[in-house]
Amino acid sequence: MSSESITSFTPVFASIVSLLAVLPIALLGKKPNLREGATFVAAFIKFGLVLSMLPAILAGKTIEYTIWEIVPNLEIAFRVDGLGMLFGLVASSLWIVTSLYSIGYMRGLKEHSQTRFFSFFAVSLSATIGVAFAANLFTLYLFYEMLSLATYPLVTHHQDKEARIGGRTYLTYLLSTSIGFVLPAMIFVYVKTGSSMDFSSDGFLNGHIGATEALILLLLFTFGFAKSGLMPFHSWLPGAMVAPTPVSALLHAVAVVKVGVFCILRVYTGVFGTDFLQSLDLGVVVAWIAAFTIVVSSLIALSQDNLKRRLAFSTVGQLSYIILGAALLSDRAVTGSMTHIAMHAVGKITLFMCAGAVFVATGKKYISQMDGLGKKMPITFAAFSIGALSVIGLPPAGGLISKFYLVTGAMDAGQSALLVIFLISTILNAAYLLPIGYRAFFPKDPKLAAEPFSWKNTQEASWQCITPLSVTAVLAVILFIKPQLLLQLAGLMVGGNG
Amino acid sequence: MIEQAPALILLVPFFVSIFVALLGNRFQGICFPLSVLSLIGSVAASVTTLGRVINEGTIRYRLGGWEPPMGIEFRIDALNALVAVAVSGVGLLAAIYSKRAVLAETPDKVSQYYTLFLLLITGLLGMVITGDAFNLYVLLEVSALTSYALIAMGPKRATLAAYKYVIIGTIGASFYLLGVGYLYIKTGSLNMFDIHEQLIARDIFDSPAILVAFIVITVGVWIKMAFFPLHAWLPNSYAYAPTTSSAILGPLMTKVMIYVMIRLTFTVFGSDFAFIQLDWSDIIVWMSVVAILAGSISALAQTDLRKMLSFLIIAEVGYMVGGVWLADDMGLVGSIYHIIADAFMTLCVFLFAGIIFVKTGKRDITALDGLFTKMPLTMVGLLVGAFSLIGIPPTAGFFSKWYLIQGGVASGHWEYVIALLISSLINAVLFFRIIEIAYFGVKPAEGHGHHDSDTHESGPNEASFSMLFPLLATAAALLVIGLYNQDIVAIISSFVSQFNFGVIGI
Amino acid sequence: MEIFEAISAKFNFWIYIIIMMIGLYAMIAKNNLIKKLIGMSIFQTAIILFYVSIGVKDGASIPILYHDQVHPEHHDESHGDHSAHSPSTDGHDSHAAEDRYLPELVVDGNDFANPLPHVLMLTAIVVGVSTLGVGLAVTQKVYREYGSIEESEILEMIKSGK
Repeated sequence: MSSESITSFTPVFASIVSLLAVLPIALLGKKPNLREGATFVAAFIKFGLVLSMLPAILAGKTIEYTIWEIVPNLEIAFRVDGLGMLFGLVASSLWIVTSLYSIGYMRGLKEHSQTRFFSFFAVSLSATIGVAFAANLFTLYLFYEMLSLATYPLVTHHQDKEARIGGRTYLTYLLSTSIGFVLPAMIFVYVKTGSSMDFSSDGFLNGHIGATEALILLLLFTFGFAKSGLMPFHSWLPGAMVAPTPVSALLHAVAVVKVGVFCILRVYTGVFGTDFLQSLDLGVVVAWIAAFTIVVSSLIALSQDNLKRRLAFSTVGQLSYIILGAALLSDRAVTGSMTHIAMHAVGKITLFMCAGAVFVATGKKYISQMDGLGKKMPITFAAFSIGALSVIGLPPAGGLISKFYLVTGAMDAGQSALLVIFLISTILNAAYLLPIGYRAFFPKDPKLAAEPFSWKNTQEASWQCITPLSVTAVLAVILFIKPQLLLQLAGLMVGGNG
Repeated sequence: MIEQAPALILLVPFFVSIFVALLGNRFQGICFPLSVLSLIGSVAASVTTLGRVINEGTIRYRLGGWEPPMGIEFRIDALNALVAVAVSGVGLLAAIYSKRAVLAETPDKVSQYYTLFLLLITGLLGMVITGDAFNLYVLLEVSALTSYALIAMGPKRATLAAYKYVIIGTIGASFYLLGVGYLYIKTGSLNMFDIHEQLIARDIFDSPAILVAFIVITVGVWIKMAFFPLHAWLPNSYAYAPTTSSAILGPLMTKVMIYVMIRLTFTVFGSDFAFIQLDWSDIIVWMSVVAILAGSISALAQTDLRKMLSFLIIAEVGYMVGGVWLADDMGLVGSIYHIIADAFMTLCVFLFAGIIFVKTGKRDITALDGLFTKMPLTMVGLLVGAFSLIGIPPTAGFFSKWYLIQGGVASGHWEYVIALLISSLINAVLFFRIIEIAYFGVKPAEGHGHHDSDTHESGPNEASFSMLFPLLATAAALLVIGLYNQDIVAIISSFVSQFNFGVIGI
Repeated sequence: MEIFEAISAKFNFWIYIIIMMIGLYAMIAKNNLIKKLIGMSIFQTAIILFYVSIGVKDGASIPILYHDQVHPEHHDESHGDHSAHSPSTDGHDSHAAEDRYLPELVVDGNDFANPLPHVLMLTAIVVGVSTLGVGLAVTQKVYREYGSIEESEILEMIKSGK
């Protein structure tokens, strides 16, 4: 597909810029304003670098850079294509927003060890972009592991008993699956093909392995990238909710979990190749596992009172949409799942930031406590509602676009049965998200309902918290009106298969 | 000088050890600098030798100018040149670490300690570079005798452990000697390379005596390397020895014995005999699987830090024995690479354990309470070592697993692959248990967000430079070995490729 | 009868194996640490015996060339050189360098016991003695620490946490 490729250091630099930023962040630990300045500079540079590569990518080119041949025939190499670009854009742009939000959140709650927090946040972003721009399976794995480890101190930031348990679950699931499943699968692929394991648009496994091996590999990869939260390896995600909210927002709604599904997408399209999978008819297996996850996680989400946990289970379900789309293997479904990475990211980060803002302003964590809170925090809950609409897939928010592609993609693939799943899950999504916003503005309690609204009585969190979530809410709407860019990037990936 | 480099590798520490023994008592201050200097010399000589081997191929050095096969010959090829660099490098780092540790643990025996320390390294280096089977026995005993003494210098429990080691170690060495005797009867030679040539020339591979020799030698070497179930001497010895002793024995003793096993199996008996004629590959790989699992699971049960690490050594020995017996060239490459990588990662974690013991006086893992705040740099060192043992890229441990698993996949030994993965996961559990204690403290606060200032009034309290430097240097070495694994593997391949076996080429 | 012959033909092997097993038994079964060391010594001695016995040949003497062997009557003129060179050639198959000086000296390998195993065993005996020495020293330290050299008592002490 890639007719032309450019060799440039930019993708490498885009990845490591935040790693380099760790030094100033750590050194400026005593001066919080300068320290956060360093974070912002790095975030903007990163976004700028990613953006600078956009025109070339849109023109159908790819950008490559090889750093190091580390094992015979196997390099640490970067390569930017449509899918990587899409994910890179989402992650790097949302980092800017989250950085601002982190400042409001961390200072608002007077959290300890903020320097460590910002340092590891930056490292995590490096790993995320590294995954996005990885040119081969090996580089992908490298950054995938780096991300698991770099996020551990963030998840366990509070260093209390709860954090320890959450952190344990987190690493147990992520490391055991990656070492236990992905590593052997990767080495098997390497031994079988003897190749560089570079992602290519038609995959490179075709002809090297038989059907049984393909099925085993497929399952190893699918479950191995447990960051995608596919059941039964999803429990780490609710466990990771002990983290401070900015971490949950950026990492567990965007970076980490999307890295999981991104890896799966990459493996399906770049390693196996959709044609090869289609010829073996293997997608269906994964599709039904994903469908199961969607329904079950939505049901669990309904029963959660802790807002962040409910959102976490919602994320588990939404991620499976993406896997489902990838597993359907039809062009439109794959397009849908790629765009859904961005749409869900924007929607879910909004929801998480709202949850965090509520916690900062009022200290409330449970949905049952949020009755009537909309009058005190109108902006937050307005943004929450938009985010909810996007996640459910209702206008005027971007989620609709990707769901549209997923549904039509399912029809293309001839899996009409899955339409029922989409229907059920959309209803469930609405059932667990909409009431929160609704109750906040129209409380059950007549006493609260009778209270008149006035801007003077509002107790919003600090501006650093409110601005980012408003921005992402607006972004969700913009993506509904103008999804062309995303579709174009996704189209670059599936276009090659005709 | 360069011509004599192979001999200098071990002669320098040898002569300095005599010097230390004679003068050390009167001038205690010279022991440490002299030891470090001699090991720097040894490292320089072995690096020079490695350079020559890469450029010129196998070096044959005749000790005292006597002609082989009568005289003792050092025949240095890519394999032992590489291992010699690792051994002398590990020795040097451990020597630097010893500065404070020896003063703290055995203050009244400083000169004796360094004498034995240098003799031990002489013995180990000698085993690596010698080409003579009997000479190897003598050097084996040199290193064994010194290590008994180095272990027995520890506290109460160490003496009994050392005693056990004396008994079992002697059995191992005697077995080896016995096997060499059989080889001598059959071939009339003691030069390893000559033995092989004689075996081929006389075509006596079918002789039961050769089979007996092979079995006896292999079992002897297995005892010495603590291959499960012949490992009983190891855990207590290394756990209770003075920290410098375990920092040098843990990484080197078992690894050098693996080298000896590879050398004897391939150079003396030949791969055709070991893998085609005997065809014991399946059994021994299964034994190594058991060793890996037994070592890892036993490590899980330990709360004593160094004992836990000692059981890990047993698991790692299983890795390497299994890797060799996969009968696949990738497996062999992985095993040899793992000798290097494991020497450094074991050194890394044992240095860490030593620092903790010297600083806190506790051997339990609870000694690590809140260490991230108190000793951040030390923890960085541990993290790299731990990641390497777990097998997280780009540390050296990841790549050794990479090659070993590749060998396992290519030769179809899935049980070995699975054992490796399980052991990686167990290592992850072990080290994250340590990291958790160091990060959260032994009893983390119940409530939300406790603050650093509340619990840790004291700022960082790092170990002294002479302890920290070797730890961090080892950590850096692990990364370098990992990143430059291809160059190392290229050297190894030049050794491995002479044995034409295995499924895939390199 | 065949078995008996097989044993008697290589009785030195059987004897060393029996002695070795005695040593091994002592090392494993004895409770007293000193007795274990004695077992270890027996074990090592068995191997030394084995080596020594393989150097022995029927009717061979010790590998030293006597004066009249080196200097037969008719070779008086080259007297001075030979005594310096000859010892190093003993027992070796090749003595190319010396042929020039001793054109007619014929050494039949069967007349001499193979000295090499014996030489090796000198080293091995030294090693064995040192091992025994270290073993005894360690035992002494054990006694100082625990006040006993009975293994079971020491293990009891360790178990009871003393």
